[in-house]
Amino acid sequence: MSNLMNWTWFHKLGSPKWFYEISGRLLPWLSAAAVVLLAVGLVWGLAFAPPDYQQGNSFRIIYIHVPAAFLAQSVYVMLAVAGGVGLVWKMKIADVAVQQAAPIGAWMTVIALVTGAIWGKPTWGTYWVWDARLTSMLILLFLYFGVIALGQAISNRDSAAKACAVLAIVGVINIPIIKYSVEWWNTLHQPATFSVIEKPAMPLEMWLPLLIMVLGFYCFFGVVLLLRMRLEVLKREARSSWAKAEVKAQVEKSL
Amino acid sequence: MNPVRKKRLLIILAILAGVGIAVALALSALQQNINLFYTPTQIANGEAPQDTRIRAGGLVEEGSVKRSSDSLETDFVVTDGAENVTIRYSGILPDLFREGQGIVAMGKVNADGVLIADQVLAKHDENYMPPEVMQALEQSAMKQKHDAATQGGAQ
Repeated sequence: MSNLMNWTWFHKLGSPKWFYEISGRLLPWLSAAAVVLLAVGLVWGLAFAPPDYQQGNSFRIIYIHVPAAFLAQSVYVMLAVAGGVGLVWKMKIADVAVQQAAPIGAWMTVIALVTGAIWGKPTWGTYWVWDARLTSMLILLFLYFGVIALGQAISNRDSAAKACAVLAIVGVINIPIIKYSVEWWNTLHQPATFSVIEKPAMPLEMWLPLLIMVLGFYCFFGVVLLLRMRLEVLKREARSSWAKAEVKAQVEKSL
Repeated sequence: MNPVRKKRLLIILAILAGVGIAVALALSALQQNINLFYTPTQIANGEAPQDTRIRAGGLVEEGSVKRSSDSLETDFVVTDGAENVTIRYSGILPDLFREGQGIVAMGKVNADGVLIADQVLAKHDENYMPPEVMQALEQSAMKQKHDAATQGGAQ
């Protein structure tokens, strides 16, 4: 009996209606946090943080590059976890999460790759080099493309969910490779500067705005993901009475 | 968790472990090919392939940079602490190129053991700091040197 009790919250999470209610209550707070954190982090990082002794002002791209790269990897781990939940517990909401998170993760990977290339030209002397870190990050982008393409290509929703989940789970092997590539092999890319658990390789007045930007990016991701998932849940549940009532209420409110 | 779900979870974990092991084996087999550059020690030991373009990486040795007076040609020595490789490069060096900086040079090793580079990239390390901190560090290092020198003179 106690075993049954422990899992109820988890099964409840899989109910689209319950998700819609909870996410609606969470959204305003998350949006406010994202706006405040991103605004403070951007102004502080781009205008007030001291320049680097070697790179001057071009180091400031770290305030976009590092949070985007963090998120690109975290979102993929999230895809794999959601995919696993979808396969094991057959939760439909897990598939919604995979489908809606994948494009955001792909964009974050693109941002990380592009900002890295822009920084690489003045610092390294080249936009691109086929070292382990850059290549594994490019593979991450292709994995995202794979998940998105599979989800779009298979018309049967359940088969598409299964295929995407398997690809997400198998592809998660790339994440530790990205993370440790700079330690396992000789790469042009330097090891991590930003760390929460270890002593960071930068002073506090550079590190704090970066921390704020990372948190801001995570909140931003949360907001965009919830918005996308809510819309998708409404679309998929269009025939249920609660979804009909919700749409009707929204339409009346906007009139 | 009911038995069916437990079984599905175990299958997923087994797939993940299997693919993980396969990738780990493939990567360890490719170990050397994934490295972006060879260190001077690897080149000295003959681990780097001959007669082909390779990348050499290491720190530019202090006082080893010799610029030609009438061309862009620059000679410098790259070291990893144990072995050295002399590199000759004709072209514009990246902004971060300086003595003590980590660099990666791509080119062919000639008969004299000099690597004729056609590309030199600067490697940035993970340390970031404001210029004032760097100045303070340099000053304290100079002060220590100065103190050591005056003490040595007094003895």
